[in-house]
Amino acid sequence: MTQPSPQDRSAVKDESMLRQKQMLASHFSRLAAAPESGDKVVYTFVPGNLTELLLSFGVVPNLPEINALQSGMRKLSGDFIAAAEREGHSEDVCTYVKCDVGMLRQGNVGPTGALLPPPGLLLLSYTGCFTFMKWFELLQQEYSCPVAMLHVPYQPEGVITPEMREYVVRQLKEVVIPALERLTGRAYDEDALCQRLALSAAAEDDLVAVLGSARHRPSPIDAYFGGVYYLGPIFSAFRGTDEGLAYYRCLREEVEARAARGEGPVTPEGTMGEERYRLVVEGPPNWTHFREFWKMFHDEGAVVVASTYSKVGGLYDTGFRHDPSRPLESLADYCLGCYTNLGLPSRVALIERYLRDFSADGFLINSVKSCNSFSAGQLLMLRELERRTGLAGGFIESDLVDPRYFSAANIKNRLESYFQMLDQKRRHARPAALEACA
Amino acid sequence: MTLVAGIDLGSTTTKAILMDEAGAVVGRGITNSRSNYHLATRIAMDEATINARFGLLRRDLEATSGLERDLLRGAAAEFLDRLELDFRRAQYLMQLDALRDSALQEAAGPRLAARSSAITSRLGPLFDEMAREAHESDGHAQRSQFFRDESASRFGEHAQRLADRDVPYDLLLGIFDKAIGQVEGRVFDRSFERCIRSALAESRLPVAEPRTAGSPTPTPRAALRAAVSAAVARILAADVEPAVTIGTGYGRQRLPFPKEQIRSEILCHGLGAHSMFPGTRTVLDIGGQDTKAIQVDDRGIVTSFQMNDRCAAGCGRYLGYIADEMNLGVHELGPLAQRSTRSVKITSTCTVFAGAELRDRLTLGQRREDILAGLHRAMMLRAMSLLARSGGIEDEFTFTGGVASNPAAVDALTKLVGENYGGRRINISPGSIYTGALGAALFARTVLRERRGD
Ligand code: SF4
Repeated sequence: MTQPSPQDRSAVKDESMLRQKQMLASHFSRLAAAPESGDKVVYTFVPGNLTELLLSFGVVPNLPEINALQSGMRKLSGDFIAAAEREGHSEDVCTYVKCDVGMLRQGNVGPTGALLPPPGLLLLSYTGCFTFMKWFELLQQEYSCPVAMLHVPYQPEGVITPEMREYVVRQLKEVVIPALERLTGRAYDEDALCQRLALSAAAEDDLVAVLGSARHRPSPIDAYFGGVYYLGPIFSAFRGTDEGLAYYRCLREEVEARAARGEGPVTPEGTMGEERYRLVVEGPPNWTHFREFWKMFHDEGAVVVASTYSKVGGLYDTGFRHDPSRPLESLADYCLGCYTNLGLPSRVALIERYLRDFSADGFLINSVKSCNSFSAGQLLMLRELERRTGLAGGFIESDLVDPRYFSAANIKNRLESYFQMLDQKRRHARPAALEACA
Repeated sequence: MTLVAGIDLGSTTTKAILMDEAGAVVGRGITNSRSNYHLATRIAMDEATINARFGLLRRDLEATSGLERDLLRGAAAEFLDRLELDFRRAQYLMQLDALRDSALQEAAGPRLAARSSAITSRLGPLFDEMAREAHESDGHAQRSQFFRDESASRFGEHAQRLADRDVPYDLLLGIFDKAIGQVEGRVFDRSFERCIRSALAESRLPVAEPRTAGSPTPTPRAALRAAVSAAVARILAADVEPAVTIGTGYGRQRLPFPKEQIRSEILCHGLGAHSMFPGTRTVLDIGGQDTKAIQVDDRGIVTSFQMNDRCAAGCGRYLGYIADEMNLGVHELGPLAQRSTRSVKITSTCTVFAGAELRDRLTLGQRREDILAGLHRAMMLRAMSLLARSGGIEDEFTFTGGVASNPAAVDALTKLVGENYGGRRINISPGSIYTGALGAALFARTVLRERRGD
């Protein structure tokens, strides 16, 4: 095989990005056209989303969290949140909710500028976050449409018992599928579902390979900042689709080629320079200052080799795959296994595994004000991880989409302190003569 | 001798430390940070340099064979103390002269041309009076690092007296503000040399002829002056420019140093506290605007930290605010609170709300000292939560930062630490305000050693 020229390389890099852009654009135009085309629209959440099932009924999913985070990245969320607060939503409410409500108030124009259609059904997959219920309660009042609730039991011990699985499957059969049948006037078609699940499983293999590539030194990807792009399609409307499969194939090839060339991740500031710190990150990113936040890592040569946020929409790297041979059961397992549905011990164990598997130098927690599903217990996790691994943990605080909670100077200060702490620790492996206080 | 420097730009004060290669501190300087970090850095460094030169002078005299040790201990030491105070005064007068020039220039400027002579007629006597006061004083008040504060208070007092309808007080203060900015921005060329020479010429020698033990003939006082003059000449020739400078502090984003010369304040405080108290495992630093809880290992390496950087409740500014509300100086709060017999429970740690609560309680007739004791406790409760977040206090504990010099804060903290963690050794150094600068200087020393390849 011949080496691609540098020009070819940048072309290769861009392909998955371009694809993703097109995919998202066409998805949002399809949503916008739904009232005319007659497509049925279902609103649902990222954790525990049943995309394959929805697609098998021919409905178009809309994910309010994704809209909110996109609004954050486009610097629109501040106004939306203010609009929701004017309506009486307290400062302490999850800002995704307020961003969504505010967007609604201001005309419900989605992140790409296309209008978002009203839902025909609110599919409330409850995976541990009480806010989900309140959120859809608000939307239900707004749209007066039916709500189908899927209650996913919490996994305190990190094991899915047959009873849990059975409980979810029964709800799929008795609540979710009938609701979708009523919405679309179509009968449940298990063959169609299984075809979708097979496509999902194949894409999931590629995604796992992409995320696993961070084991290389230098890592060809950033599994947090870059990671959120890689996860876009599979967390939203493209699991179980041909486009989704093609996207992950293409992404995997790009990433493997980068790894083979020994290149670091592509960042908005260009290709990463020397990889100085390998980190595992826990907690969602901040969206309002996403690029600025990433740059703080980039400037210090810090690469995220694994993150838990990239597992909120499904945990694939521990072996789970959607499975056409047990369609509803595997959907149940998927919902049960979402990261925020796991108890603290499982989360600690997962991060510990990442720290070792990816030869990380340390871990960092971004504690967001909005989300208790993530934030409760994070300091305990930090202590426990430090104790188990001897690696240094850092702690920063921000928010998802409320720009008021991103204090760049403070975050930078803490990050720099943290990186210097890692340096100092490393230095101490060197001869004592170099020590400041020898 | 090669020196290194550490500078800690805090939100309230800027500290500088000069250190020799062996790790000994040879000079310290402190000044108000205000909003100009460049200036604050320069003033603190100037101060540290002066302090270092006096330190070197003492060392030099100790090493000089011409002056025997006993003599030095007595007369020369006394003379040096005198010299330092005279030096301070000379420095103050030099700056005062510059201030007068700038103020007169301002008065003569186009903006005030119409009233120029009236203003000048007030400024003349005003500055004469300030100079007279300085001459009469013993030099203790004239610490030049706080020239702005000292001169402002003297100027303000006289201005109040001399102001009238033609030349109102505010106008004079406005002139002072302009002039002081110019003086502060000015580099006083060879100021150490000028001031030490004038001090040397002025300083009174010890009254009694110093007598060397065992020697029948007294050492002539002139010989003492000559010995000190010679030492001064040597010190003037010595290079006290730091070879490496490392900066840290709250204003780190805007520190006037290149990135590779900046270290995190967390690391500096950890290392600084370790070097003062090597048994330290936990450090609490409460500065003007932030509080840091730091865990260090047995080498002073930071292993974990937490800081309150979103809200200044419970920081030094909190006390500043309370002091303003009570019309007291910040330094009076602690001693007053210590007189409390029944501490009041304060629920607010928010600076602004605590101010409101304070007023409420005063109107309810509660005693100031009891309210203050409650405020100190409330403040330390915040610190306790931060400490817990950082991993608690498992061993020796060091308290640093400006607030560590407040005795009531220390009492409240000691009590809370005892309640929460049992008896722990609590270290507080009188020089604790320099902890960050000390850590920075130690980092500078490491850089120096690395550069030399040892
Ligand atoms: S609280 Fe967390 S999990 Fe719940 S809706 Fe908000 S971001 Fe999502």
